[in-house]
Amino acid sequence: MTLADISPGDSATVQGISPRCDGPARLRLLDLGVVPGTVVQARLESAAGDPIAYDIRGALVALRREQAALIAVTSAGARGEPVGADWR
Amino acid sequence: MALRAAERSDLPSERASRLVRLGLSPHRWDHLIALAGNPNVGKSTVFNALTGLRQHTGNWPGKTVARAEGAFLHQGARVKVVDLPGAYSLQAGSTDEEVARDFVLFGQPDVTVVVVDATRLERNLNLVLQILEITDRVVVCLNLVDEARRRGIRVKAKRLAHELGVPVIPTVARRGEGIDDLLAAALAVATGDRPTHPRRIGSLPAPIDEAVRSIAPLISEEFPELPNLRWVALRLLHGDERVAAALGSGEIGGLGGELRPVAAHSEKNGAHPGGKRVLQAAVEWRGALGSGLHDEFAEALFDEAARIAKECVRREDRRSGERLDGRLDRWLTSRVFGFPLMIGVLGVVFWLTIAGANVPSQLLAGLLIDDLHPMLLELAGSVGAPWWLSGFLIDGVYLATAWVVSVMLPPMAIFFPLFTLLEDFGYLPRVAFNLDSLFRLAGAHGKQALTMSMGFGCNAAGVVAARVIDSPRERLIAVVTNNFSLCNGRWPTQILVATIFIGALAPPHLAGAVAASAVVTVALIGIVFMFAVSWGLSRTVLRGEATTFSLELPPYRPPRILQTLYTSVIDRTLIILRRAVLFAVPAGAAIWLISNISVGGTALAGHGVAMLDPVGVAIGLNGVILLAYVIAIPANEIVVPTVLMLTVMALGSPELGEGAGVIFERDSLGEVAALLGAGGWTLLTGVCLMLFSLLHNPCSTTIYTIYKETGSGRWTAVATLLPLALGFAVCFLVAQLWRLGAA
Repeated sequence: MTLADISPGDSATVQGISPRCDGPARLRLLDLGVVPGTVVQARLESAAGDPIAYDIRGALVALRREQAALIAVTSAGARGEPVGADWR
Repeated sequence: MALRAAERSDLPSERASRLVRLGLSPHRWDHLIALAGNPNVGKSTVFNALTGLRQHTGNWPGKTVARAEGAFLHQGARVKVVDLPGAYSLQAGSTDEEVARDFVLFGQPDVTVVVVDATRLERNLNLVLQILEITDRVVVCLNLVDEARRRGIRVKAKRLAHELGVPVIPTVARRGEGIDDLLAAALAVATGDRPTHPRRIGSLPAPIDEAVRSIAPLISEEFPELPNLRWVALRLLHGDERVAAALGSGEIGGLGGELRPVAAHSEKNGAHPGGKRVLQAAVEWRGALGSGLHDEFAEALFDEAARIAKECVRREDRRSGERLDGRLDRWLTSRVFGFPLMIGVLGVVFWLTIAGANVPSQLLAGLLIDDLHPMLLELAGSVGAPWWLSGFLIDGVYLATAWVVSVMLPPMAIFFPLFTLLEDFGYLPRVAFNLDSLFRLAGAHGKQALTMSMGFGCNAAGVVAARVIDSPRERLIAVVTNNFSLCNGRWPTQILVATIFIGALAPPHLAGAVAASAVVTVALIGIVFMFAVSWGLSRTVLRGEATTFSLELPPYRPPRILQTLYTSVIDRTLIILRRAVLFAVPAGAAIWLISNISVGGTALAGHGVAMLDPVGVAIGLNGVILLAYVIAIPANEIVVPTVLMLTVMALGSPELGEGAGVIFERDSLGEVAALLGAGGWTLLTGVCLMLFSLLHNPCSTTIYTIYKETGSGRWTAVATLLPLALGFAVCFLVAQLWRLGAA
């Protein structure tokens, strides 16, 4: 399962970033806290449906679907408050 | 700022030269404070509170597009504060991050104040921990504690200070709370009065740890004074080219406490042999470690950040602020209301700008042109100035400048504050969020929505704003296509021509609405061209996948209306106006000269018009308009007055105008319409002029800005000539089809 598969309101635990995502794009995701173990919650769909904004380590960060599809996750319980849901 | 104390002379010369390279004047302060932090943590607000400067602060990631500096006297000591661009880390993933990293590392600040957002502490700690790896002299400014309180988040500052080993000062920079404590702590750390014991990441994964342990002694052998061996070793293992270069050249040797003249030595020889040895060892280790290093380092940092956040952050179940934000976001980014709300908001901004600017524009024109201009002429006459001198200075230079000021100042003084309010509130990142999918299809970045909107105010400002786009490819696309946003300087031309030629086609009670929709149509055509050219560029010369996309949506914050008014007038409007005036002066001079210097009985302008006329007619315009655009390269604002002046001259009826080379304004539209009619203008001329005003080269201020931002003559040429070529092509097509249809 990837981050692109979770719908707004749901949370997931990051397993890792695909090796296909490398260079600055990978660095940026790592800097934003997308590392194994991070609990991410999908928060908000943009008006056009893509990108989607995720709560990552307390900050609201928009990622495009194609990027989210490169982040492997496991389900971390549906519709609950994620552990790091303190973005506001 | 007047700094009276005697200059300190013990600044090491090597540090001085490094600072010059970073764009800082190397003297006149006792303490140098660097302000670092994630984007959008209120860093610039802290800067303002510290320095008392009203530097503009924004509510979108990466707003501090240029590094701001401020200085002040504190208890007899001169303190200089440098506000660095926002950075998520020191890995230098973007231009902004590179600037911040280079300054913290090579600028050798006496103390680095890391501003963190109390509401998003965990993510912010990533940067704090990285900076603590580089330098001991750090103070953490825990900002936005009021916002955190509203969201039921409490951060135990003392505990955090204990965990990090450096002072942590809670602040509410917007209200100046905690700023005195922050300054006191920063200066105490800067002078060494308050020793720090920064936390270093304890548990690096075993293979990395081994590599660091074997490289660090090598570095220490070559550069014994370097305080941050572990970090330098880590950067080398990461393959950080800037650090590797600094080591290879020996430049890095000067970073320790005791400075030695390695840099001077190495600049002669171009290399530092010991540094090269270290680099070789690092390369070997990198091969052995494989590619997972970044990941493991990031994991180690975030493990630590999570652990510290868990110790220091307490959450209460009181989140009214969060619920309000969530509700606003659901509306503003909703599938149904998202786009209509966006169009509505931007529409209101443009309407307020155009409608609101009318009256002050006329007042200014009345004052500067109708009243002051004759007074100046009279004054010149009374002191016996020769006609050519008063003509050149007053009719040429002064009048062009006065025109630019009266046309440009009011709309900008309305547009930029409104824009800034939306920015401060946090709405603009949501616009980028909503529009990203369109930009993605064009191969561009969602943040280009912001630079595009900014371009409607001023293209030069839009080009500078493109720095918020991280990846070079997408940033270049935003820079090259910004000119398709119909800027403030072109609105007056559009409105005038639309009113005379298109509004006149409709019944009188509808004329205003018809003219307005014609202008809106031209602006929309511009947006279509922006997308099309972005798409074309990203499929051809700028091919490539989007290298990075991430857009942080900051929490909504109540905008501070008065401060916004003040800062955006100072910060954007006046700066742009100053540049526009600088460019208007030579244009005014040129207009007067070509109208008053004659060759073979005809003024130079007359020759120019005759020469350009065939080309002009072929594209639905005429020689007068083309010549006006050549002269008006400095500023789009003077196209209309130049056209009027040249038309009068071409018609050879001076009684209509005020004299050769004198820019003037007609009081009534009817007079202008009659004048243009006499000059042979038709509806086709009007339509083509509106299109050409959208599609031609950027003004010289923008061209210069593009060159400065891209550092490339080639891309500057593309950005200049591409819209011009499109303008010729489109106008030619329209004119030919029109004439076919009429025939």
